[in-house]
Amino acid sequence: MRRRLRDVSVLTVRNLVHIRREPLQLSDVTVQPVLFTLLFTYVFGAGIVLPHHGSYNAFAIAGLLALNLTTSSMGTAVGLSTDLSSGVIDRFRSLPLWRPSVLVGRSLADLLTAMLCSTIVALSGVVIGWRPERGVLHMLAGFALFLFFSYAISWYCACLGILSKGPESAQGLGLIVLFPLAFVSNAMVPTQHMPVVLRFIADWNPVSAVTAAARQLWGNPNPSATIAAWPMQHPVTASLVWSIALLAIFAPVAALLYTRRTTD
Amino acid sequence: MEAMIQAHGLRKRFGATVALDGLDLAVPAGSILGVLGPNGAGKTTAVRILTTLATPDEGSARVAGFDVVREAESVRRSIGVTAQDATVDEVLSGRQNLVMIGRLSGLRRRDAHARAIELLAQFELTESGDRMVKEYSGGMRRRLDLAAGLVTRPPVLFLDEPTTGLDPTSRVRMWSVIRDLVGEGATLLLTTQYLDEADELADRIVVIDHGRAISEGTAAQLKSETGGARLEVTLTDAHAGAASTLAPYVTGTIHPSHDGLRLRAPVRSEPGLATRIVRALDDAGITVDDVQVHQPSLDDVFFALTGHAAELDADNAEAAA
Repeated sequence: MRRRLRDVSVLTVRNLVHIRREPLQLSDVTVQPVLFTLLFTYVFGAGIVLPHHGSYNAFAIAGLLALNLTTSSMGTAVGLSTDLSSGVIDRFRSLPLWRPSVLVGRSLADLLTAMLCSTIVALSGVVIGWRPERGVLHMLAGFALFLFFSYAISWYCACLGILSKGPESAQGLGLIVLFPLAFVSNAMVPTQHMPVVLRFIADWNPVSAVTAAARQLWGNPNPSATIAAWPMQHPVTASLVWSIALLAIFAPVAALLYTRRTTD
Repeated sequence: MEAMIQAHGLRKRFGATVALDGLDLAVPAGSILGVLGPNGAGKTTAVRILTTLATPDEGSARVAGFDVVREAESVRRSIGVTAQDATVDEVLSGRQNLVMIGRLSGLRRRDAHARAIELLAQFELTESGDRMVKEYSGGMRRRLDLAAGLVTRPPVLFLDEPTTGLDPTSRVRMWSVIRDLVGEGATLLLTTQYLDEADELADRIVVIDHGRAISEGTAAQLKSETGGARLEVTLTDAHAGAASTLAPYVTGTIHPSHDGLRLRAPVRSEPGLATRIVRALDDAGITVDDVQVHQPSLDDVFFALTGHAAELDADNAEAAA
C-alpha cells in the first residue's frame, strides 16, 4: 500500500511539473478562467436577463466554474495521450511500479490543477461582485461537488486520451465532446428559453446538475429551481449520482483500455 | 551455471509480419552478447519481450532466473533498459528523471537523490543536470537514457541500439561507458546494426535475420567461418603470368580486373604472406605497386551469412521490429 501511494505521488508530482512547464496547459487553468469570466459577465451578461431579475454576475460564477473545469479536463486526455505516444510509457512499464499509478497519478494531478482553476474563477468572481451567501460550509460543499465532478470527468477524458492516436487528436476529440457538454446546460444561460429538445438535454446534463447544486449551496440566483425535471429539483443529489456513475463507469473502462493499449 | 538471459523458441507476429521466428538466446552471467542484425530483423521485438514490454506468441524466456511472462514484476526489479527511442521524460530535467526513476524503482527519497548526483557525474551530465531534457543533444540524451537504466544497479542490462544516430565522438564515448559497466560485473545484451560496435564490445555475437539466429560465436569465429582474408594485388603493368604466380598462395579463384592491373583472391591469413607474394612476383619479373591482405570485417560476415548488406536505409526500417 505504501509503495502504491508512493508511485502515485511520484507520478502526480511529475505530471504537475509537466503542466507547469507547458504554457498551453497552464493557461487553460489560469488565463482562460479570467478571460471567460470577463467575456461572459461583461459581453454576454449585459444582454441576458434572468427571471426575477437576479444578478447575472452572481449567477455566472457557478456556470463559469462548470465551463472551465469541463473544458480544461481535456488536459487529462492530452497529457495521457502524449505519454502513450512517447517512449516514456515504456520506461514506466519496464519499472516495477504499480500499474494503475500512471492513470491515478494523471487524474490526481488534474484534480490539483482543477483546484487552482477553481480558486482563480472564485477570485475573479469576488472581484466582479459574486459572493457565496450561505456561509463557509455551504461554500466549501459547492466547490467539493465541482471538484468531484471534475475528477469523474477526467476519467472519461482519460478514456479519450487512451483511444486517440496522439495529443492533437485527443485535443480534437475532447473539443467535440466537452464543448457541447459544457454549453448545452444551464451554466451560462437559464434553460427556460431553449428549444424543447435542447432544454430537455440541458436539464438532464450532469453539468447543469452540478451548476444548479452550487448555485443552491451558495445562495446565488438559480432559475433552474423552478424547472420540474428531477435533477433540477434535487441538484445536489443529482450531481453526486452523476459523478459517482461517471466514475464507476469510466475508471474501470480507462483501466481496461490502458491495459489493452499497453499490451503487445 | 544458468545463463542470466535465456530465450527458447521465441515467436512473435504483428498482423502479417513475423517479427520473431523461433529465436534462441543465452547470455552467461557477466558477459556481453551482441545481437547483430539489420533493421527489421527482430532485435527490438526480442528486447521488448525480454524486458516484459511485450509477450511472446510462443516460446519462453527467463531473465535473472525469472520467467518474463509469469514473473514479470521480478524481472522488472532485476533489469535496466535503454530502449531505442529515448524513454526519458523530455519535460523534466536530467536530474528529475533520474530521481523519479529511482523513486519508482523503490529507492528512498534521499537515496534516489544521491544516486542521481552520482550518475550525472558518471555520465558527464552534472552541468546540464538541471536543464530540461528537451534542450539536450542526442548524445546527452542517450547517456541520460543509459543512466536511467542503471539507477538501481541492476544485474542485467538491455541496450537496444545504444549508439544509433550518434555522431562518431559520442559513439566512442558511449562505448567506453558500456565497457565500464561490464567491468562492474553486469550481464549485458546489446543490439546493434553496426558491425564494428558488436566487434568492439561484445564477447559473443548472435547474428539475426528475419527473426531467427543465423549464426553465433565470437567475432573471430564468425570471421573465420566466412572464409578468412582477401588478397588484393595492384600491378604496375598488366602481366599474363601474374595469376599463375599467385595461384599457390590463394585459397580460391583469382578475379582480375578489366584492365588486368588488379587481382583479387581469398587467402588464408598468415604472417609474412604479403612479403612472400611480393618476392614471388618479383622473381617472375612482375613489378607491383601494391599488395594488401584485408582481414574480413563483420560486414563481410554479415553479407556472407544473409546474402544482403547489414545496413538497410532507414526508410525500409520497420518500426515494430
